Amino acid sequence: MTTRIEKRFADLKSEGRAALVTFVMSGDPDYETSMAIIKALPKAGADVIELGMPFTDPMADGPSIQAAGVRALKAGQTLKKTLQMVRDFRKDEAATPIVLMGYYNPIYIYGVDKFLVDAKEAGVDGLIVVDLPPEEDEELCLPALKAGLNFIRLATPTTDDKRLPAVLNNTSGFVYYVSITGITGSAAPDATKVSAAVQRIKKHTKLPVAVGFGVKNAESARAIAAGADGVVVGSALIDALRKTLEADGKGGPATVKAVTDLVADIARGVRAAGTVAAE
Amino acid sequence: MTVQQQPNSFRTGPDERGHFGIYGGRFVAETLMPLILDLEKAYNQAKADPAFQKEMDSYLSHYVGRPSPLYFAERLTKKFGGAKIYFKREDLNHTGAHKVNNVTGQIMLAQRMGKKRIIAETGAGMHGVATATLCAKFGLPCIVYMGAVDVERQQPNVLRMKMLGAEVRAVTSGSSTLKDAMNEALRDWVTNVSDTFYCIGTVAGPHPYPAMVRDFQCIIGNETRAQMQQLEGRLPDSLIACIGGGSNAMGLFHPFLDDRSVEIYGVEAAGHGIPSGQHAASVTGGRPGVLHGNRTYLLMDDDGQITEAHSISAGLDYPGIGPEHSWLNDMGRVKFLSATDDEAVAAFQLCSQLEGIIPALEPAHALARVFDLAPKLPKDHLMVVNMSGRGDKDLASVQAWLETHKK
Repeated sequence: MTTRIEKRFADLKSEGRAALVTFVMSGDPDYETSMAIIKALPKAGADVIELGMPFTDPMADGPSIQAAGVRALKAGQTLKKTLQMVRDFRKDEAATPIVLMGYYNPIYIYGVDKFLVDAKEAGVDGLIVVDLPPEEDEELCLPALKAGLNFIRLATPTTDDKRLPAVLNNTSGFVYYVSITGITGSAAPDATKVSAAVQRIKKHTKLPVAVGFGVKNAESARAIAAGADGVVVGSALIDALRKTLEADGKGGPATVKAVTDLVADIARGVRAAGTVAAE
Repeated sequence: MTVQQQPNSFRTGPDERGHFGIYGGRFVAETLMPLILDLEKAYNQAKADPAFQKEMDSYLSHYVGRPSPLYFAERLTKKFGGAKIYFKREDLNHTGAHKVNNVTGQIMLAQRMGKKRIIAETGAGMHGVATATLCAKFGLPCIVYMGAVDVERQQPNVLRMKMLGAEVRAVTSGSSTLKDAMNEALRDWVTNVSDTFYCIGTVAGPHPYPAMVRDFQCIIGNETRAQMQQLEGRLPDSLIACIGGGSNAMGLFHPFLDDRSVEIYGVEAAGHGIPSGQHAASVTGGRPGVLHGNRTYLLMDDDGQITEAHSISAGLDYPGIGPEHSWLNDMGRVKFLSATDDEAVAAFQLCSQLEGIIPALEPAHALARVFDLAPKLPKDHLMVVNMSGRGDKDLASVQAWLETHKK
């Protein structure tokens, strides 16, 4: 069976361009604004939507995403509501894949089996759970694959050739290459090094490789997209969102526009890379 | 949790994947996994190397000041009229607490691994001071993450760390206490993986930390065994220690786990009382979840979001506990009790006045339970309480508490 994620990457490959994967935190800054952003993302140029599941202790995230999680939790976001957002999104959008990204504890407390049933039913396509390395595959990865969801793993510069097979084993949908050793939203990656790393990973897998961490605008997206199957942008979108917030932390139409404008700009960069590569 | 069937030995854990029953494990970001596997390998090699143990023993006797005495608290014993109360005097160690036992081992390991930079998290500051001390001794740069709230209430230790040349970074995210300091330390580690060693202060975190820190702290229980044999000609009848993450407790308990005649009690911080919801009693008032690299009892809400702990003692103010303690609780081998802020302060005062020993607020929690267990026990019952640290750092907190509680 081909999943929505696999189909999307295959389609883009035949178009000759990389995928734009956009990360936003579900429920940030509030349920309504967040819902409006997610609904507007495909039209703005997002090929895959990564939806953050907020957590109180995001150990591997930088200040931007951490603050987004705090805003969402303050506004009352829960894992149940995140699944509801996916359900609502699916009412009028069937093609764009949705990947939930977060930490394990809220899923563990929700109940792994119940979560997988509910996520699948809501229209979730894949999961990225930051604190579940291959050593803990029995927790969620294997049950998720069995339930028909993709389990996307992060590979990093510290993942050497010896460890890569362990990381890639049971990974599906795509591989998320974290271009720097560090937290989200930190230093910009070196496009040449990233391209070399992607080639190294591709020696071990047929899966598409998307690159994240440090992409901020059309130019950096173009540079990364030239050497990868996908570009992930997250902290930059959240920074754009934050700048529009009122003193009371509420979002509005300006918030949605700020995010979608930046997505459209970055999408131009991703598409430009594809055109160059095709020539 | 219901008590499960007890194993033949309580001392064989963790398994090769770092699990104590369902607890423990390695729940960390991929960036850290290769490092954690390296650390495990390096630790196993060091453990098997007699030279490492010999060098460590030498530092522990000449630098730390071990063995620490096992002291008979005669006046407290007389006051309660029951069990003979002994203190294991970890407060007499260099730097003033048990923390230095573990840090000595970890910094030696960092040296062996060729790491050039040390990071640590600290609550009350005792682990931070111990780490800053060993870094000064070995000439390593040291960065200590400490919650902004704790920086405020543990000023003497902040000053000590600075004097020792460490950089103290105040953490303002989340509840600005120990758990947030641990998050920031993990973020630093993810960013500086190539040259940095993360010196964890308690028996928690991803495998191999819970087992490694336990092994380094077992010297407390091993000495207690030998000292009690010498003083009384037999094993103690009960052990009691305070538990935040639980490293002082694990160090005392572990060598006695297979001696079924020895009753073992861990005392958590009940803050304003368990029913108030403002406490740090993870076992008594929490449930199993996954945080900071391990599965263990945690304080959280129905959505799996970690809730803030509260305790007058910064060293116990953590919403989790070491995974091996969680397992020992479920197995019924260690009995978990709790003591409130008020009870801890009362015990702090009584111990100071009757024994001339000002205890840290952490072991004052254990003392509070000693004071109601001891009177009910026979006079030949031998009870050991781990005096895990000294109370100089807590004078301001206790003073403030006394002022707000003046009638």
